[in-house]
Amino acid sequence: MAVDEAHDEHPPYLRHHFESVEQQADTTNFAMWLFLLTEVMFFGGLFTAYLIYRNWYYPAFVAGSHQLNVIWGTLNTVVLILSSFTMAMGVWCAETRRRKGLVLSLSLTFILGLMFLGIKTIEYREKIERHHVPGAHYSLQSFIDPASDKEIYSEYHDKPLALDMARHTEVYFSLYFAMTGMHALHMIIGIGILGFMIYRARAGAYTSGHVTFVENFGLYWHFVDIVWIYLFALLYLISRHQ
Amino acid sequence: MSEHNENAHHIVSPKVYVVILLALLVGTAATVGASFIELGVWNPVIALAIACAKATLVVLYFMHVRYSTKLTMLSIGAAVFMFLGLIGMTLADYISRAWGLW
Repeated sequence: MAVDEAHDEHPPYLRHHFESVEQQADTTNFAMWLFLLTEVMFFGGLFTAYLIYRNWYYPAFVAGSHQLNVIWGTLNTVVLILSSFTMAMGVWCAETRRRKGLVLSLSLTFILGLMFLGIKTIEYREKIERHHVPGAHYSLQSFIDPASDKEIYSEYHDKPLALDMARHTEVYFSLYFAMTGMHALHMIIGIGILGFMIYRARAGAYTSGHVTFVENFGLYWHFVDIVWIYLFALLYLISRHQ
Repeated sequence: MSEHNENAHHIVSPKVYVVILLALLVGTAATVGASFIELGVWNPVIALAIACAKATLVVLYFMHVRYSTKLTMLSIGAAVFMFLGLIGMTLADYISRAWGLW
């Protein structure tokens, strides 16, 4: 009987258990942040493992790090920062109801995300070719006899590692693949969701006042960017002079 | 309700995004540049300091935390504090045992 009374006019996207659109937006935003904070703890475990093992097997981690290519790493950092920028512009387009701008921003983010994965693939392939993937085919050659690895040796002039320390380079590469792999998995999931959003945005979703989905996805995408900022510094940069 | 107006949806302008983008690119150039200079123990310190500065810019502006609710800010602060606490306690445990002996 009181149904009509209880059902005042409201935007179709306002769920009934919220009082107002602002309350709904604040709540979903907070929930997204809680999810991201669990992600901080998840990646935090990997970072802590890296911190401890790097100090433990220091020479092995330095030698392992010298195998990474700073140019690819820098390029990927720039690609990812640009993708964060295009994502932020996407949020702005959604907020200001620009459908074409939103589709363009999301598409650019999508393409930059794929570029990142492409560069990562080049790097992974090089690791496979050099037998630097931990496991049965792992090769200690570059670490026991660095001079045999001419490309790297001409840049760093590493001294040979003793066999037991050389073996610990496998720990470095295990963490390298675990951390960049988990990061890449987050990128793949993000790119998938971007594809879905582009499809929906073309039909006019997100540009009629309800921007929560784009906004919260933006938070996710920027979070993945932040993880990479730290991965780049820790895996590629800090051991170059040791 | 005045609380709501204070937290009303804030649209960050593209100008801010462009400035942050440029700052992040400069930060990337700086951190790569610093890695080419021999600074001993300071190499990791500087790299991490720049990474933290970049992350802070992303969180505050790209992720709009500067304009979000106090609840969100406090939660993020609590998480960072807890994360550092967990790392600190883990390190204290490892360092105070037979470091590097196994």
